[in-house]
Amino acid sequence: MQMQPDLLQEARRQAEICNACRYCEGYCSVFPALHAERAFADGDLTQLANLCHNCRGCYYACQYTAPHEFDLNLPQALANVRQDSWEELAFPRAAGKAFQKNGALIALVTVLGFSLLFWAARALASVGGEGFYAVLSHNAMVAIFLPAFLFPLVSIGVSLRRYWRHVGAGPLRPGQVLAALRSAAQMKNLKGGHGDGCNFEDEDRFTHARRAVHQAVMYGFLLCFAATSVATVMHYVFGMPAPYGLFSVPKLLGIAGGLLLTAGCVEMIRLKLRADRQLGAVRAFGGELAFIGLLGFVAFSGLALYALGQTPAMPVLLVLHLGAVLAFFLLTPFTKMAHGFYRLAALTLDAQRKG
Amino acid sequence: MTSDSPDITIIGGGNAALCAAITAAEAGARVLILETAPKPYRGGNSRHTRNFRCMHHGPLGPLVDSYTEEEYLADLMKVTGGKTDEGLARLAIRSSEECLPWMQEHGVRFQPSLSGTLSLARTNAFFLGGGKSLVNAYYRTADRLGVQVEYEAAVTHLDLDDDRVTRIDYTQDGKRHSIAPKSVVVASGGFQADTDWLARAWGPAAKNFLIRGTPYNRGVVLADLLDQGIEQVGDPTQCHAVAIDGRAPKFDGGIVTRLDCVPFSIVVNKDAQRFYDEGEDVWPKRYAIWGRLVAAQPDQVGYVIIDAKSLELFMPSVFPPIKADTLEELADKMGLPADALVQTVAEFNNSCGDTSQFHPTELDGVSTTGLNPPKTNWARPITEPPFYGYSLRTGVTFTYLGLKVDDRAQCAIGNRPVTNLWAAGETMAGSILGQGYLAGFGMTIGTVFGRIAGKEAAAHANAT
Repeated sequence: MQMQPDLLQEARRQAEICNACRYCEGYCSVFPALHAERAFADGDLTQLANLCHNCRGCYYACQYTAPHEFDLNLPQALANVRQDSWEELAFPRAAGKAFQKNGALIALVTVLGFSLLFWAARALASVGGEGFYAVLSHNAMVAIFLPAFLFPLVSIGVSLRRYWRHVGAGPLRPGQVLAALRSAAQMKNLKGGHGDGCNFEDEDRFTHARRAVHQAVMYGFLLCFAATSVATVMHYVFGMPAPYGLFSVPKLLGIAGGLLLTAGCVEMIRLKLRADRQLGAVRAFGGELAFIGLLGFVAFSGLALYALGQTPAMPVLLVLHLGAVLAFFLLTPFTKMAHGFYRLAALTLDAQRKG
Repeated sequence: MTSDSPDITIIGGGNAALCAAITAAEAGARVLILETAPKPYRGGNSRHTRNFRCMHHGPLGPLVDSYTEEEYLADLMKVTGGKTDEGLARLAIRSSEECLPWMQEHGVRFQPSLSGTLSLARTNAFFLGGGKSLVNAYYRTADRLGVQVEYEAAVTHLDLDDDRVTRIDYTQDGKRHSIAPKSVVVASGGFQADTDWLARAWGPAAKNFLIRGTPYNRGVVLADLLDQGIEQVGDPTQCHAVAIDGRAPKFDGGIVTRLDCVPFSIVVNKDAQRFYDEGEDVWPKRYAIWGRLVAAQPDQVGYVIIDAKSLELFMPSVFPPIKADTLEELADKMGLPADALVQTVAEFNNSCGDTSQFHPTELDGVSTTGLNPPKTNWARPITEPPFYGYSLRTGVTFTYLGLKVDDRAQCAIGNRPVTNLWAAGETMAGSILGQGYLAGFGMTIGTVFGRIAGKEAAAHANAT
């Protein structure tokens, strides 16, 4: 793989200054890992970049930010390397390059998802199913969504393998993965080391806003995913097809998750619009916002579908929801969604290196 | 003269100024900070600091074990060669213990001792994120307390009437302003950024010095007050100065230009001659003398020479070393006379003995024999290519000539106190430090005397 040398060189220049200073050691996992090195190979920088949660504590604490001639902006330098690594490690690579930074293309794929579902609903429907299946038959849904679900899994699997090799990691152990999951579960790296949170929406003020919003999105998504998984098991194992009642497990998980995810995405976009863009991957800003918008729309349309499922609006809502879900699945390896997988890999390797 | 003068004006925007401002505002006074730097450079030298030396009985915050008043004072006496005002030093030391929780209550966060600085884990509390994060936290706290802050507000003159400051003149955005606060606190640092002043004290050699911290500590207010007869303390040639990488910027290079390789090296001057025992003591204890040693060499420059086996024994610094496969090539790249360097290294190597007891972090007694000056620890021959070199220059942190204060941080004129003038931080540190320096003590002086000055200034303002 060929990551952009200028981005790596800039990150290297900054990491060497950080390594001579070390004042930020307590903020997050990046600095102890950085201070353990004397020289920074491309793989080391990629690992540091993916370990960085962009909490920005180091930027506002830094005595060497512009107008100082050292011109440090480590959050941006690492964000650029991180972004570049997601593009270069993507499978297929061209898709990563196309979508990561491009909000318009993400929107276009979403519209294509709507169109495909409209077409499917017209061409393949009406085989006499009930409820949602009256709009699109169960078999047609499976035919579309099974590959759309498996493809991103395979793609991300290939990418993570590439990542693991690129950063020079050793054999994986379960304890390391557990440590990574524990860190992600509490978003430890957005706590700021002192527990006051991170800097994001109001310069150097520490708050838990971004951490809370991130966890709303993450747990909201996981609840929705759990709802779908439980429903799949109920359908195939217990022969209990949808629709399910309000107090069923899929509905309770799905509604809670949908509300969290919708609110989380709206708030995340608001925070990102208030934060200083220069402290992230500037050129990926549009792509990030479009992805969060898509994720939020998946959640919101799912809730709307539940609320209005018994009304004449249902077929349209179903097609919109399924179209968005399809786009979301297919784009997962090539949008901001991929960061969760790389982040877990980086946290796992960090646990490995700490021994 | 403006009618909306605040109760208290604080000149300066670093740690001491902020401690004074917060303390005064909490006592109910209306406080104005005049910071001469623009906002990104606010905080003076405090933005480059990293820790606070603190007395404590038992574990306190990030500090382990205990550090008693007597031990702290003994450490201070050792580095200053006894040139210390013991009464004020004890006041600073004793008050430091209550400062740490006060700092936490006002937003400062600490972290465990940084990697590479374990020797300070018992004595020095490290700020999470360093001094700029401390400064940021204090500005946030001051803002919540209603303290008004004016940036790029350069104080030009304090008008004195007998034993009282009657007026402060400052410029901002090209406009002149005058205010008449009830109380004034000066916390605007030393004069080290005024290289002409340094040159008057040191001679022309000072033009070759690098200034490790803010370019805004030009001593304007200090000079103005001294000219009007406010009592001064300290020797104008005394300062905290260390030997830093010669490639560092003229101003504001801060911590990353520090070089820790001297104990594993030989250090030569521009004639490739050694001039001092590089292995006299562990580096933290000798860090602050090398600034003066280098200042005494021709052109105020030194050159550190090490070989491959020593490269990873010290913390990396911001600029990579100059590297060469032979000593001749290294001399060439560093602008040193090659023959002389080869000869100096050969003499050094020949005087090295058994190196089997070499231990990089302890005084190992691995010394030279019959060499002048000797190297008394870590003396290993420089033989293993590639060879590496760094240039060294004198880096001034802050000057000690300053305002003389009493135990209430109050300034004096003649033998009387100035009724409404207090000083805190580096501008009065000479009242305590006659020479030498103890890591983290500058922030102790700033915090302790900043709080005292704020309290006294508020009491005076509230009473008038």
